[in-house]
Amino acid sequence: MPNFFYQFNFYLFGLIAIASALLFVTRKSPVAAALWLVNVMFALAALYVMLDAHFVGVVQIIVYAGAIMVVFLFVVMLLNLGDPKEISDVSGKWGRLAAGLVGLALIAQIMTLARSSAPPSLVQPPDRVADDLKALNALGTIAKPLFGEYLLAFEVTSLLLLVAIVGAVVLGRRRAAS
Amino acid sequence: MIAESLALSAVLFTIGTIGVLTRRNAIVIFMCVELMLNAVNLSFVALSRQYGVTGQVFVVFVMTVAAAEAAVGLAIIISIFRHRQTVNLQNINLLKG
Repeated sequence: MPNFFYQFNFYLFGLIAIASALLFVTRKSPVAAALWLVNVMFALAALYVMLDAHFVGVVQIIVYAGAIMVVFLFVVMLLNLGDPKEISDVSGKWGRLAAGLVGLALIAQIMTLARSSAPPSLVQPPDRVADDLKALNALGTIAKPLFGEYLLAFEVTSLLLLVAIVGAVVLGRRRAAS
Repeated sequence: MIAESLALSAVLFTIGTIGVLTRRNAIVIFMCVELMLNAVNLSFVALSRQYGVTGQVFVVFVMTVAAAEAAVGLAIIISIFRHRQTVNLQNINLLKG
Protein backbone atom coordinates (compact mmCIF):
# COMPACT_ATOMS: atom_id res chain seq x y z
CA MET A 1 0.00 0.00 0.00
CA PRO A 2 1.64 3.24 -1.10
CA ASN A 3 1.92 5.89 1.61
CA PHE A 4 -0.08 9.09 1.78
CA PHE A 5 2.66 11.39 0.50
CA TYR A 6 3.14 9.24 -2.61
CA GLN A 7 -0.59 9.19 -3.35
CA PHE A 8 -0.95 12.92 -2.78
CA ASN A 9 1.85 13.68 -5.24
CA PHE A 10 0.49 11.20 -7.75
CA TYR A 11 -2.95 12.83 -7.79
CA LEU A 12 -1.39 16.31 -7.77
CA PHE A 13 0.67 15.67 -10.90
CA GLY A 14 -2.24 13.85 -12.54
CA LEU A 15 -4.51 16.84 -11.99
CA ILE A 16 -1.81 19.21 -13.27
CA ALA A 17 -1.51 17.05 -16.41
CA ILE A 18 -5.27 17.02 -17.06
CA ALA A 19 -5.71 20.75 -16.40
CA SER A 20 -2.77 21.64 -18.64
CA ALA A 21 -4.07 19.35 -21.39
CA LEU A 22 -7.49 21.02 -21.26
CA LEU A 23 -5.89 24.47 -21.43
CA PHE A 24 -3.71 23.21 -24.29
CA VAL A 25 -6.63 22.22 -26.54
CA THR A 26 -8.60 25.37 -25.79
CA ARG A 27 -5.92 28.04 -26.39
CA LYS A 28 -6.23 29.95 -29.69
CA SER A 29 -2.59 30.94 -29.99
CA PRO A 30 -0.32 28.05 -31.09
CA VAL A 31 2.52 29.35 -28.88
CA ALA A 32 0.37 29.28 -25.72
CA ALA A 33 -0.85 25.80 -26.69
CA ALA A 34 2.74 24.58 -27.13
CA LEU A 35 3.77 25.93 -23.73
CA TRP A 36 0.82 24.22 -22.01
CA LEU A 37 1.79 21.00 -23.76
CA VAL A 38 5.30 21.37 -22.30
CA ASN A 39 3.60 21.62 -18.88
CA VAL A 40 1.74 18.35 -19.54
CA MET A 41 5.03 16.68 -20.44
CA PHE A 42 6.74 17.86 -17.25
CA ALA A 43 3.86 16.49 -15.15
CA LEU A 44 4.07 13.19 -17.03
CA ALA A 45 7.83 13.04 -16.43
CA ALA A 46 7.17 13.36 -12.69
CA LEU A 47 4.64 10.52 -12.93
CA TYR A 48 7.14 8.31 -14.80
CA VAL A 49 9.68 8.80 -12.01
CA MET A 50 7.01 7.88 -9.45
CA LEU A 51 6.20 4.74 -11.46
CA ASP A 52 9.81 3.44 -11.20
CA ALA A 53 10.76 4.56 -14.73
CA HIS A 54 13.50 7.04 -13.89
CA PHE A 55 15.33 6.86 -17.19
CA VAL A 56 12.12 7.32 -19.19
CA GLY A 57 11.26 10.36 -17.07
CA VAL A 58 14.60 12.02 -17.82
CA VAL A 59 14.35 11.19 -21.52
CA GLN A 60 10.82 12.60 -21.53
CA ILE A 61 12.14 15.97 -20.36
CA ILE A 62 15.20 16.02 -22.64
CA VAL A 63 13.62 14.67 -25.84
CA TYR A 64 9.96 15.69 -25.64
CA ALA A 65 9.95 18.93 -23.66
CA GLY A 66 13.45 19.93 -24.75
CA ALA A 67 13.83 18.89 -28.38
CA ILE A 68 10.46 18.16 -30.00
CA MET A 69 8.59 21.12 -28.54
CA VAL A 70 11.45 23.49 -29.46
CA VAL A 71 11.10 22.31 -33.06
CA PHE A 72 7.35 23.00 -32.88
CA LEU A 73 7.94 26.51 -31.52
CA PHE A 74 10.56 27.10 -34.21
CA VAL A 75 8.05 26.23 -36.93
CA VAL A 76 5.34 28.43 -35.38
CA MET A 77 7.84 31.31 -35.34
CA LEU A 78 9.04 30.57 -38.88
CA LEU A 79 5.58 30.54 -40.44
CA ASN A 80 4.43 33.86 -38.93
CA LEU A 81 0.73 32.98 -38.95
CA GLY A 82 -0.56 36.37 -37.83
CA ASP A 83 -2.70 37.40 -34.90
CA PRO A 84 -4.43 34.40 -33.26
CA LYS A 85 -7.70 36.34 -32.94
CA GLU A 86 -8.04 36.56 -36.70
CA ILE A 87 -7.51 32.87 -37.39
CA SER A 88 -10.77 30.95 -37.06
CA ASP A 89 -9.36 27.79 -35.61
CA VAL A 90 -12.10 25.69 -34.02
CA SER A 91 -14.53 23.63 -36.11
CA GLY A 92 -18.26 24.41 -36.18
CA LYS A 93 -21.09 23.04 -34.06
CA TRP A 94 -21.24 19.63 -35.75
CA GLY A 95 -17.50 19.11 -35.54
CA ARG A 96 -17.56 19.83 -31.82
CA LEU A 97 -20.57 17.57 -31.27
CA ALA A 98 -18.90 14.70 -33.15
CA ALA A 99 -15.69 15.22 -31.19
CA GLY A 100 -17.57 15.17 -27.90
CA LEU A 101 -19.37 11.93 -28.80
CA VAL A 102 -16.17 10.24 -29.98
CA GLY A 103 -14.46 11.40 -26.79
CA LEU A 104 -17.20 9.96 -24.58
CA ALA A 105 -17.14 6.64 -26.44
CA LEU A 106 -13.33 6.45 -26.17
CA ILE A 107 -13.26 7.24 -22.49
CA ALA A 108 -16.00 4.67 -21.77
CA GLN A 109 -14.09 1.98 -23.66
CA ILE A 110 -10.75 2.65 -22.02
CA MET A 111 -12.25 2.93 -18.53
CA THR A 112 -13.91 -0.47 -19.05
CA LEU A 113 -10.57 -1.92 -20.13
CA ALA A 114 -8.80 -0.38 -17.14
CA ARG A 115 -11.24 -2.13 -14.80
CA SER A 116 -10.80 -5.58 -16.35
CA SER A 117 -7.98 -7.78 -15.06
CA ALA A 118 -5.26 -9.41 -17.12
CA PRO A 119 -4.85 -13.20 -17.51
CA PRO A 120 -2.76 -14.51 -14.61
CA SER A 121 -0.18 -16.09 -16.93
CA LEU A 122 0.97 -12.60 -17.96
CA VAL A 123 1.30 -11.13 -14.49
CA GLN A 124 4.80 -11.07 -13.08
CA PRO A 125 5.58 -11.19 -9.37
CA PRO A 126 4.94 -7.79 -7.75
CA ASP A 127 7.82 -5.34 -7.42
CA ARG A 128 9.75 -7.09 -10.17
CA VAL A 129 10.81 -3.75 -11.67
CA ALA A 130 11.65 -2.34 -8.24
CA ASP A 131 13.92 -5.34 -7.61
CA ASP A 132 15.56 -4.86 -11.00
CA LEU A 133 16.12 -1.21 -10.14
CA LYS A 134 17.92 -2.19 -6.95
CA ALA A 135 20.07 -4.79 -8.70
CA LEU A 136 20.92 -3.01 -11.95
CA ASN A 137 20.18 0.69 -11.15
CA ALA A 138 18.06 2.96 -13.34
CA LEU A 139 20.13 2.72 -16.54
CA GLY A 140 20.95 -0.98 -16.41
CA THR A 141 17.28 -1.91 -16.00
CA ILE A 142 16.43 -0.52 -19.41
CA ALA A 143 19.79 -1.03 -21.13
CA LYS A 144 19.83 -4.79 -20.64
CA PRO A 145 16.71 -5.57 -22.72
CA LEU A 146 17.35 -2.67 -25.11
CA PHE A 147 20.81 -3.88 -26.15
CA GLY A 148 20.07 -7.58 -25.78
CA GLU A 149 16.61 -8.79 -26.68
CA TYR A 150 15.67 -5.73 -28.76
CA LEU A 151 19.04 -5.03 -30.42
CA LEU A 152 17.68 -5.53 -33.94
CA ALA A 153 14.78 -3.13 -33.33
CA PHE A 154 17.26 -0.64 -31.88
CA GLU A 155 19.42 -0.75 -35.02
CA VAL A 156 16.38 -0.46 -37.31
CA THR A 157 15.35 2.63 -35.31
CA SER A 158 18.66 4.27 -36.20
CA LEU A 159 17.86 3.62 -39.86
CA LEU A 160 14.45 5.24 -39.34
CA LEU A 161 16.10 8.33 -37.86
CA LEU A 162 18.48 8.55 -40.85
CA VAL A 163 15.53 8.37 -43.27
CA ALA A 164 13.69 11.04 -41.24
CA ILE A 165 16.71 13.38 -41.39
CA VAL A 166 17.04 12.97 -45.17
CA GLY A 167 13.28 13.38 -45.63
CA ALA A 168 13.13 16.55 -43.52
CA VAL A 169 16.01 18.11 -45.46
CA VAL A 170 14.51 17.18 -48.84
CA LEU A 171 11.04 18.47 -47.89
CA GLY A 172 12.26 21.64 -46.23
CA ARG A 173 14.65 22.64 -49.02
CA ARG A 174 13.63 25.57 -51.16
CA ARG A 175 13.24 24.54 -54.81
CA ALA A 176 16.13 25.76 -56.91
CA ALA A 177 14.92 28.05 -59.70
CA SER A 178 15.08 25.87 -62.81
CA MET B 1 -1.50 2.98 -8.81
CA ILE B 2 -1.92 1.15 -12.13
CA ALA B 3 -5.67 1.78 -12.38
CA GLU B 4 -5.21 5.51 -11.70
CA SER B 5 -2.43 5.75 -14.30
CA LEU B 6 -4.54 3.99 -16.92
CA ALA B 7 -7.49 6.29 -16.18
CA LEU B 8 -5.25 9.36 -16.50
CA SER B 9 -3.86 7.97 -19.74
CA ALA B 10 -7.41 7.49 -21.05
CA VAL B 11 -8.37 11.06 -20.17
CA LEU B 12 -5.26 12.51 -21.85
CA PHE B 13 -5.79 10.39 -24.96
CA THR B 14 -9.40 11.54 -25.18
CA ILE B 15 -8.41 15.20 -24.81
CA GLY B 16 -5.89 14.68 -27.63
CA THR B 17 -8.53 13.07 -29.86
CA ILE B 18 -10.98 15.89 -29.23
CA GLY B 19 -8.23 18.36 -30.12
CA VAL B 20 -7.49 16.57 -33.40
CA LEU B 21 -11.20 16.58 -34.29
CA THR B 22 -11.99 20.19 -33.36
CA ARG B 23 -8.92 22.26 -34.24
CA ARG B 24 -8.09 23.39 -37.75
CA ASN B 25 -4.55 24.66 -37.37
CA ALA B 26 -2.26 21.93 -38.73
CA ILE B 27 0.46 22.63 -36.16
CA VAL B 28 -1.97 22.41 -33.23
CA ILE B 29 -3.41 19.16 -34.61
CA PHE B 30 0.11 17.80 -34.78
CA MET B 31 0.70 18.76 -31.15
CA CYS B 32 -2.53 16.96 -30.21
CA VAL B 33 -1.13 13.80 -31.83
CA GLU B 34 1.96 14.22 -29.65
CA LEU B 35 -0.33 14.42 -26.61
CA MET B 36 -1.99 11.14 -27.65
CA LEU B 37 1.45 9.50 -27.98
CA ASN B 38 2.29 10.74 -24.48
CA ALA B 39 -0.91 9.22 -23.11
CA VAL B 40 0.01 5.86 -24.63
CA ASN B 41 3.51 6.15 -23.15
CA LEU B 42 1.99 6.67 -19.72
CA SER B 43 0.00 3.46 -19.97
CA PHE B 44 3.10 1.60 -21.19
CA VAL B 45 5.08 2.81 -18.17
CA ALA B 46 2.26 2.02 -15.74
CA LEU B 47 1.85 -1.51 -17.09
CA SER B 48 5.61 -2.10 -17.16
CA ARG B 49 5.47 -2.16 -13.37
CA GLN B 50 3.36 -5.29 -13.56
CA TYR B 51 4.47 -6.95 -16.79
CA GLY B 52 8.22 -6.36 -16.77
CA VAL B 53 10.52 -3.67 -18.08
CA THR B 54 9.71 -4.26 -21.77
CA GLY B 55 7.12 -1.48 -21.60
CA GLN B 56 9.82 1.06 -20.83
CA VAL B 57 11.88 -0.15 -23.80
CA PHE B 58 8.83 0.39 -25.97
CA VAL B 59 8.46 3.92 -24.62
CA VAL B 60 12.00 4.67 -25.78
CA PHE B 61 11.09 3.41 -29.26
CA VAL B 62 7.87 5.45 -29.29
CA MET B 63 9.84 8.58 -28.39
CA THR B 64 12.29 7.95 -31.24
CA VAL B 65 9.47 7.49 -33.72
CA ALA B 66 7.77 10.63 -32.36
CA ALA B 67 10.95 12.63 -32.92
CA ALA B 68 11.29 11.37 -36.49
CA GLU B 69 7.60 12.03 -37.11
CA ALA B 70 7.87 15.59 -35.76
CA ALA B 71 10.82 16.36 -38.04
CA VAL B 72 9.17 15.02 -41.22
CA GLY B 73 5.68 16.31 -40.38
CA LEU B 74 6.85 19.83 -39.67
CA ALA B 75 8.88 19.84 -42.89
CA ILE B 76 5.68 18.85 -44.75
CA ILE B 77 3.75 21.65 -42.99
CA ILE B 78 6.44 24.16 -44.00
CA SER B 79 6.33 23.08 -47.64
CA ILE B 80 2.49 23.26 -47.63
CA PHE B 81 2.74 26.76 -46.18
CA ARG B 82 5.09 27.77 -49.01
CA HIS B 83 2.51 26.67 -51.59
CA ARG B 84 -0.69 27.91 -49.92
CA GLN B 85 0.37 30.62 -47.44
CA THR B 86 -1.84 28.96 -44.81
CA VAL B 87 -1.82 26.05 -42.36
CA ASN B 88 -5.59 26.13 -41.82
CA LEU B 89 -6.83 22.71 -42.89
CA GLN B 90 -10.09 24.18 -44.25
CA ASN B 91 -8.13 25.87 -47.01
CA ILE B 92 -6.08 22.79 -47.88
CA ASN B 93 -8.72 20.75 -49.72
CA LEU B 94 -7.09 19.70 -52.98
CA LEU B 95 -8.06 16.05 -52.48
CA LYS B 96 -11.65 16.82 -51.46
CA GLY B 97 -14.14 15.35 -53.93
